[in-house]
Amino acid sequence: MTQTDEHDGERRDFLYFATGAAGAVATGAAVWPLVNQMNPSADVKALASIRVNVADIQPGTQVTVLWQGKPVFIRRRTEDEITAARADDADVDNLQDPIDRNENKPGLPAIDANRSLDENGEWLVMLGVCTHLGCVPLGDGAGDFGGWFCPCHGSHYDTAGRIRRGPANQNLLVPIAAFDGDELVIGKED
Amino acid sequence: MFKKLSTGLTLVMALAAGGANAAGGDAKVTDYDFSFEDFFGSYDQMQLQRGLQVYTEICAACHGLKYVSFRNLADKGGPELPADQVRAYAKNYEVFDPSLADGDGDFREAAWADKFPAVTSAAAPDLSLMAKARAGFHGPYGTGINQFLKGMGGAEYIASLLAGYADAPSCAPEGFDGHYNTVFTAGGYPKECLDADGNHKYPGSWIGMAQPISGEDVEYIDGSPTDVEALSQDVAAFLMWTAEPKLNDRKRAGFVGILVLGLLAILLYFTNKALWAPVKRRAKEEDEE
Amino acid sequence: MGGIPHDHYEPKSNFEKGMAKRLPIFGLLYDTLMIPTPKNLNWMWIWGIVLTFCLALQIITGIVLVMHYTPHEDLAFASVEHIMRNVNGGHMIRYFHMNGASLFFVAVYAHIFRGLYYGSYKAPREVTWIIGMLIYLLMMGTAFMGYVLPWGQMSFHGTAVITGLFGAIPFIGEALQTWLLGATAVGQPALNRFFSLHYLLPFVIAGLVIVHIWAFHTTGNNNPTGVEVRRTSKADAEKDTLKFWPYFVIKDLFALAVILVVFMAIVGFMPNYLGHPDNYIEANPLATPAHIVPEWYFLPFYAILRAFTADVWVVQIASFITGGIIDAKFFGVLAMFGAIAVMALAPWLDTSSVRSGRYRPMFKWWFWILVADFIFLMWLGAMPAEEPYASLSLLGATYWFAYFLVILPLLGVIEKPQTPPATIEEDFNAHYGKKGADSATPAE
Repeated sequence: MTQTDEHDGERRDFLYFATGAAGAVATGAAVWPLVNQMNPSADVKALASIRVNVADIQPGTQVTVLWQGKPVFIRRRTEDEITAARADDADVDNLQDPIDRNENKPGLPAIDANRSLDENGEWLVMLGVCTHLGCVPLGDGAGDFGGWFCPCHGSHYDTAGRIRRGPANQNLLVPIAAFDGDELVIGKED
Repeated sequence: MFKKLSTGLTLVMALAAGGANAAGGDAKVTDYDFSFEDFFGSYDQMQLQRGLQVYTEICAACHGLKYVSFRNLADKGGPELPADQVRAYAKNYEVFDPSLADGDGDFREAAWADKFPAVTSAAAPDLSLMAKARAGFHGPYGTGINQFLKGMGGAEYIASLLAGYADAPSCAPEGFDGHYNTVFTAGGYPKECLDADGNHKYPGSWIGMAQPISGEDVEYIDGSPTDVEALSQDVAAFLMWTAEPKLNDRKRAGFVGILVLGLLAILLYFTNKALWAPVKRRAKEEDEE
Repeated sequence: MGGIPHDHYEPKSNFEKGMAKRLPIFGLLYDTLMIPTPKNLNWMWIWGIVLTFCLALQIITGIVLVMHYTPHEDLAFASVEHIMRNVNGGHMIRYFHMNGASLFFVAVYAHIFRGLYYGSYKAPREVTWIIGMLIYLLMMGTAFMGYVLPWGQMSFHGTAVITGLFGAIPFIGEALQTWLLGATAVGQPALNRFFSLHYLLPFVIAGLVIVHIWAFHTTGNNNPTGVEVRRTSKADAEKDTLKFWPYFVIKDLFALAVILVVFMAIVGFMPNYLGHPDNYIEANPLATPAHIVPEWYFLPFYAILRAFTADVWVVQIASFITGGIIDAKFFGVLAMFGAIAVMALAPWLDTSSVRSGRYRPMFKWWFWILVADFIFLMWLGAMPAEEPYASLSLLGATYWFAYFLVILPLLGVIEKPQTPPATIEEDFNAHYGKKGADSATPAE
């Protein structure tokens, strides 16, 4: 085999390799949309957040809205409820669930300030889904701790939505939420 | 010789497609220069915003846009309104929400994820897809060449129609149903305006919709012209976007596809040549023996 | 497989040997991929791969579309718009599927006319041809039912017209049409069953494609000379052939890539060019579009359907003889299906001793007139049903039938064919020896 033949051979190998690589890239580019089309579509993503006008909610009342198929409790707490919740903060390490379960402030201790949405603690926004087996707890001061009570298996939540007694092992989950003027935005907006 | 056949078939596709659209419509449609035409053309964001304004202030009185969501107004490649403006805009509309009133449903302010309300009236068709449901160009002779060269012409048709109102010819009887339009061909036509062979003496026909745009109907913040043709083109561009919101994405995908496959074709050409070279060389040698 | 002597698969590793005893799938794949293929195949022999690609494209994009589509008369149109607007990349997937149907038919027509020119239908390849025709019929059925699914104005009223064809059949027509639609008019039952069949038939086509390939792998490929590969010995056969992989696979893939560049240009820049604007209007039983026109690939046969009106004398004779059972409407339906039937019968209608049109001086002319006639009919199918188009359609339809029923059988008797080369090798060497000596262009 002469030198030029060898050169030719090398060039040919490179050509074959390049063609194969280009074919693989083209195939990959064609496959990705077929996979991606199964991800949530734009209309589903648009429902990832909702806006609720909370201007008319009075202290001591609660509004339940549906978000992504789940109830969300929006409670404007009274001074008494806030005081009651904060009184238990000192004992946070001995609570049934000492973690705040707040997606806005993940992994912090379950003191009331870490659970409520605003500095003053007036607004408490939680998923209305019992962390035991998914029932919807009763509100408006139900249960032994003046907060929520799940009638299914008897879980008692306090005025900050923390689990105090019963089979549930986590505090009621606080979803991503923020105020925008009079509107409460639940979920993440793009 | 079979190359001829391939070219022939391609041509036939062109012919047939044009023929398929030969229905109605005379060449009264003006071939406006829209920004979204041409190979790299894309929507003009400002024009779409102006068109939205025209739609909102004029068309929306009668026509719906039921396939368009308010959130789309913020989409990339569309009017790209800021999200807070979209939310504020949506509040001008009311939508029916079946989850309200304990499941009986009730009307509420429209929001981000809602669609424009549908208007259910045979007289005022939904406009979401209008720019794709009409073709401005046809022929010649059912060949589809015009559509190949100028595009389907949906937006041109809408703009031309909106600007195509004119005083009814004198032959028309007083109080003939509808409004004379030089571009609209599917409407009524008074028999007084037919010539001896039964042909139309004047282009167009009588349309049910009264002239919606007469110039200076809206006031643009950016000071763009507001004559009849400008407003018609703005709203036509907006309706092209509502009909084909993914036009920019589609062209980009097409362009990338052409590049990648073109490169692949070139590489395969040389691979094929290299592969066959020894076979052909041997054939040549054997033939010369 | 097949009668062409060639190297067979030899299992090497223990795994391969074990598999060969249990499931000889590697051997099957090897023999399929390494099949000896005539060296001199020209660029008209690429359509098989293009068609295979189209079938795969349509099945894959179709399965994806079904994930988002709703076959319901109130929701179908909106669900297509959902795909176009909300689904990630949905607009591209749908445009690929829409235009993929057109690419499929471009390829199948090129493939069929290739077969007609080079006599690929002639013995011993009749079975391949007949199965091909079956595939073509199923393709038409699938394409028609797919066009119904977006539930636009053309979908709806086109369905009414096409199923109306079956209604033209004497005695049972009306019952048959009602059976097809599941109602007396197009509606939810029709949409639902067409959706089911549109999903099913591509897999039937895929099965027939395997049989189609099996059949011509048994007889061996035809080639531009129409001369058979020598089977006297493996050495002789190897002089006439090359292995399918890599020689023809790479060549075909190159052609496919070029075709896909054009396809991408259409999908990316003019995806609605081949469609009809009326199909962007939701189906409305109360308003019929001004002109109902089928998709371009049906137009030649649609023109033949419309050509036979009540004032055509053949129709009048048929009507007279059958006592009015065959009326103009039914005659049109018979003519349309007949036009495909005569094509399927080509193997028995062609009497020529020479296979390839390349060596048939008279045949060539008639063949190209047939191609022109096909294009002419396609154009006529899109024109309104009035003069002069009606008479021209009749003329075009007449030639179509005459070509198969009169010209093909007669040519075999009248024509004096040239002598084809003795072997494929001779043709191939001659082509690469003296460049341009032959009009046809074998591989590259």
